Amino acid sequence: MSGLLLVFLVALIFIVLYQVSRSSEMVARIQGEELFDKKRNKILSYSMLVLWVAFMVGIYACHVYMMPLMGPAAASDHGKDYDFMFLVTLWVTGLVFMLTQFLLFWFAFKYQRIGDKVPYNFAHSTKLELVWTTIPALAMAVLVAIGLKSWFKMTDAAPKGAMQIEMVGKQFNWISRYAGADGVLGKKNYTLINDNNNILGLDWNDKKNMDDIVIPNGEIHLVVNKPVELLIGSRDVIHDVGLSHFRLKMDAVPGITTRLWFTPTVTTAQMKKKTGNNDFVYEVSCDQMCGKGHYSMRAVVIVETQAQFDAWMQMQQSYYAQNHAAPEAAPTKAESDSVKQITMN
Amino acid sequence: MSNEASIHQHNVHTHDDHGHHDHHEHAHHEHKQHFFTKYVFSQDHKIISRQFLITGIFWAIVGGLMSVFFRLQLGFPDETFKVLSFFLGDWAPKGKMDPEMYYGLITIHGTVLVFFVLTAGLSGTFSNFLIPLQIGARDMASPFLNMLSYWFFAVAGAIMFVSLFLSTGPASGGWTTYPPLSALKEASMGSGLGMDLWLVSMALFVVSSLLGGLNYIVTILNMRTKGMSMTRMPLTIWAFLFTAILGVLSFPVLLSAAVLLLFDRHAGTSFYLSEIYIAGKALPNVGGSAILYQHLFWFLGHPEVYIIMLPAMGMASEILSTHSRKPIFGYMAMVLSLIGITVLAFLVWAHHMFVTGMSPFLGGIFVLLTLLIAIPSAVKVFNWLTTIFKGNIRFTVPMLFAIGFVSLFISGGLTGLFLGNSALDIHLHDTYFVVAHFHIVMGISAFFGMFAGVYHWFPKMYGRFMNNTMGYVHFFITFVGSYVIFWPMHYEGVAGMPRRYYDFTNWESFNQFGELNQMISVAAIIVFFAQLLFVFNYFVSIWKGKKVTTQNPWQANSLEWTTPILPGHGNWDGPIPEVHRWAYDYKDNGEGGDFVPQHIPLKEGEESH
Repeated sequence: MSGLLLVFLVALIFIVLYQVSRSSEMVARIQGEELFDKKRNKILSYSMLVLWVAFMVGIYACHVYMMPLMGPAAASDHGKDYDFMFLVTLWVTGLVFMLTQFLLFWFAFKYQRIGDKVPYNFAHSTKLELVWTTIPALAMAVLVAIGLKSWFKMTDAAPKGAMQIEMVGKQFNWISRYAGADGVLGKKNYTLINDNNNILGLDWNDKKNMDDIVIPNGEIHLVVNKPVELLIGSRDVIHDVGLSHFRLKMDAVPGITTRLWFTPTVTTAQMKKKTGNNDFVYEVSCDQMCGKGHYSMRAVVIVETQAQFDAWMQMQQSYYAQNHAAPEAAPTKAESDSVKQITMN
Repeated sequence: MSNEASIHQHNVHTHDDHGHHDHHEHAHHEHKQHFFTKYVFSQDHKIISRQFLITGIFWAIVGGLMSVFFRLQLGFPDETFKVLSFFLGDWAPKGKMDPEMYYGLITIHGTVLVFFVLTAGLSGTFSNFLIPLQIGARDMASPFLNMLSYWFFAVAGAIMFVSLFLSTGPASGGWTTYPPLSALKEASMGSGLGMDLWLVSMALFVVSSLLGGLNYIVTILNMRTKGMSMTRMPLTIWAFLFTAILGVLSFPVLLSAAVLLLFDRHAGTSFYLSEIYIAGKALPNVGGSAILYQHLFWFLGHPEVYIIMLPAMGMASEILSTHSRKPIFGYMAMVLSLIGITVLAFLVWAHHMFVTGMSPFLGGIFVLLTLLIAIPSAVKVFNWLTTIFKGNIRFTVPMLFAIGFVSLFISGGLTGLFLGNSALDIHLHDTYFVVAHFHIVMGISAFFGMFAGVYHWFPKMYGRFMNNTMGYVHFFITFVGSYVIFWPMHYEGVAGMPRRYYDFTNWESFNQFGELNQMISVAAIIVFFAQLLFVFNYFVSIWKGKKVTTQNPWQANSLEWTTPILPGHGNWDGPIPEVHRWAYDYKDNGEGGDFVPQHIPLKEGEESH
C-alpha cells in the first residue's frame, strides 16, 4: 500500500513539475524569450556560487560528522608509514582539489553571458600548457617516490626471527596454523583435506606437522612489537586477509602462497583503553568477494605481551594430537610408528 | 574524401527544409521503407544511435533500480520491505533480501552499468550519431555492420535479462567475476547457469563492440568530407576514435578470458583452477592460475574505464566551448592528452591487482605508470577551466552538466592518486574508498558527460528541445545527490569498511556507520527518482517538446548543424559541405555574431587557426 502511495506521489511530482515547466515556457513567451533567458542565465550563474559554497560547507560538515567515527591510528609499524603517506597525498590532492573546484565554479559564476559581447579569443598558450604539465609531473614524482619507498620496504623479505603464521581461507571462515615447538610449518596437500580431522590437508608424512597448532576459527595471537609473517592460502576460492587496523591486506589465492609481514605495535588491551571501547577488537575482514557468506567471514587478531602469548600457547594442543587419539587415522604402520616416537618426544 | 558514392543503394529521400513532418510522415515518403527496415533493422546511423540510447536508458533503469534495492538492504539491514518481495519474489521472502540475491544484484548492477549503459549507451549512441554528422559523411563505412553491432548488443542484453529470472539467480561473483568463485558451481548459486549466461552475454557484447569500433575507426579515417583534416575534427571525434581503438585492442582479451572460463567450467580444463577443495571433495585441477584471469580481465577492464571516460571528455570539451562561446583551449594539447591516456591505459591494468601477491618490482612499475596517467588528465582539466575562463557562458542544461562533469572528474580523479599508489592501495583496496572513487570518476562523471550530450544533441535527434525546467531540476538533484551519496563513502573506506558486504552490523570495526549508510540510501533513492524525471522528460519531449525552428539552435560550429533540422538517411539534402576551418572558431564574425561554422570559407586575409 505504502509502495503504491509512493509511486503515486512520484508520479504526482512529475506531473506538477511538468506543468510548472510548461507554464515557465509560457511566461518566457510572454516576456520575450530573450529577456527571460537573460534573467535565467543570471540566476543560474549565482547558483554556481551557491553550489560551491554548499559544496564546501558540505565537505566540512561531513568531516565533522565522520571524524569521531573513524577508527584509531594505525596499530602497526608499517601502518605509521601508511598514515603519513596518506596525509601527504591528502594534502597534495586536497590543494589541487580546492584550487580547481574553486576556479571551476568561480569562472562559471564570473563569466556568465552578459549581452552579446565578443568572445575572448584565447585558444592556445604553450607556456601555460608546459606549466600545467610540469607541475603535476613533479607532484607525481614526489608521490611515486614516497609510495615506492614505503612499498618496497613493506614487500621486502620479513626480518629474520619473524613469527610465521599460516592463514588459510575457506568459504566462509579463516583457519590459522602455528608452527609449534619446531618453529617450522609442515607440508600440506589439498588432496588430503578432510573436514573431520584434517581441515588443512596436513601431510602426516612430514614430521614437522606433528606439533603444528591449528585454530579452526582463524583467531591469531600476535606478540606486540614482534614482527610476524603471514603465509596466506585458500582452500577454495579467492579470499583476502584484510587487516584494516594494521593498514594491510593480501589476497588468499588457491594454489598460491602469498605473504605479508608487519609488526603490531599496540596490544588489544591498550587499544581498548585508547579507544575507550571495551568491545574493541582487531578484526580480519575478508576483502575479496567469495560468495554468499562473504560479509560474515570474520576472524579476530589478539595482540598481547610475550608472557600472555606464551601462556596462551602453552594451552594449545597440536592438531595431530587432537585428531589422532585413535590410531586408525595414521597412514601406514611404519609412519605411525615414527609418528608416535615424535609425539612422545 | 567524398563518399557520395557509398550511399547510392540507400534511398536518400528529398527533404523539404521546414523539418516539420514527423517520423511517420517520413515512412510514407520513403519508397517502401517498411517500419521494420526504418526503425528496427535500420541501417541509418542516426536511428541506430537512438536504438543504443533507448536500450541504454532501459538498462540504466534496471541497473539503477537494483542499486535502490541493495541500498535498502545496506541502509536498513534490520527492516523488511514489501517492495523487495514484490520485485524479487522468493529471493526476498517477507521483504528481507537473500544474500545470494544481494550479490546477484551488485554483480548485474555493475555489469550492466559499465558495459550496457556507459559503453554501449554512451559510446554506442554518440559515436554513431556524431561521427558521420560531424565529419561530414552520409553514414558509417558499413551501415550493415553498424546495424549488426546494435543487434548483437540487444541480444547480449536479452540474454543478461533472462539470467535474472533463473531459479539459481544471475551471476553473483561481482562484475569482475573472478574465478574460482565464478568457475565452480559449488561455490555459489550464481555460479550456475547464471554465470554461463553472463559469459555468453559478454561474448556477444564484445562482438557488438568490435563491430561498432572497427566501423568508427574506418569511418573517421576514410570518410571525412573535403577539407576535414584530422586537426580540424571536433574533439568529440578524436575522443570517439581513441575510444574505438581502445575497445578494438582490449575487448578481444576479455573475450579470451570469458572463453577460457567457459572451458574451465565445462570442458574440465585448468586455466584458472589449481588445488581446490570444495563441497567436500578435492578437484583434480592443478597448475592453473586464478590470477591469470585477473590479468586478462583487467587488460580490458582498465582500458574500459577510459572507453567510458573518453567520449564523455570529448563531448564535455565540445559543449563547454560551444556554450562558453569561446574556442576550446589547447586543442592540440587536448588531442595529445587523449593519445597519452590511450597509450597509458594499456599499461596500468595491474594496479587493480596490487594485493594479489604480485611481484613487488612489477607493482612498482605499475605505480609509476598509473600515476603518469594523472598528467594528461590534469592537462585536460586545466584546459577545460581555461576554456570557460573569460567566456560568455550560457547556462543551458547541457552546459550545467558539462560543468558538473568537470567537477566530478576532478573529485574522482584525485582519489585515483591514493589507489594508484600501491602502498596506500594495500589498505584501501576493495573498501568503500574504491566504491566512491570509481562511482564518482567513471560512473557519475561519465553519466554527466552523457546527460550533457543528450540535452545538447536532442534537438538534432528529434527536432525538438528537451524541457529546460525539468533539466535544471534533474541537474541540481543529481549533482548534489551524487556528492551526498559518494563523498562520505571515502571516509568509510579509509576506516577499512569492505565493499560487497551484505550487512555490517556484526562488525565491531564498521558498524558505527549504520546511520550514515541510512542517509546514503535515502539520498540514492532520491537521486534514482530524479533520473526517472530525465527519462520522463526524454520521452515526453520526443513528441511534445518545444520544436526546433532554426537549423543551428546552439549556434555551434560543427557540421551536424548544417544538416536539415531533421536530417533523413544521408544527412545532407544537397552535397556534403566542404570544411574550411577548425571546429572552434568562436570569434567575432564581423557581422555581429560570435561564431563561424566550419563550412564557411575563410575571408580574404583571414588566417586559418
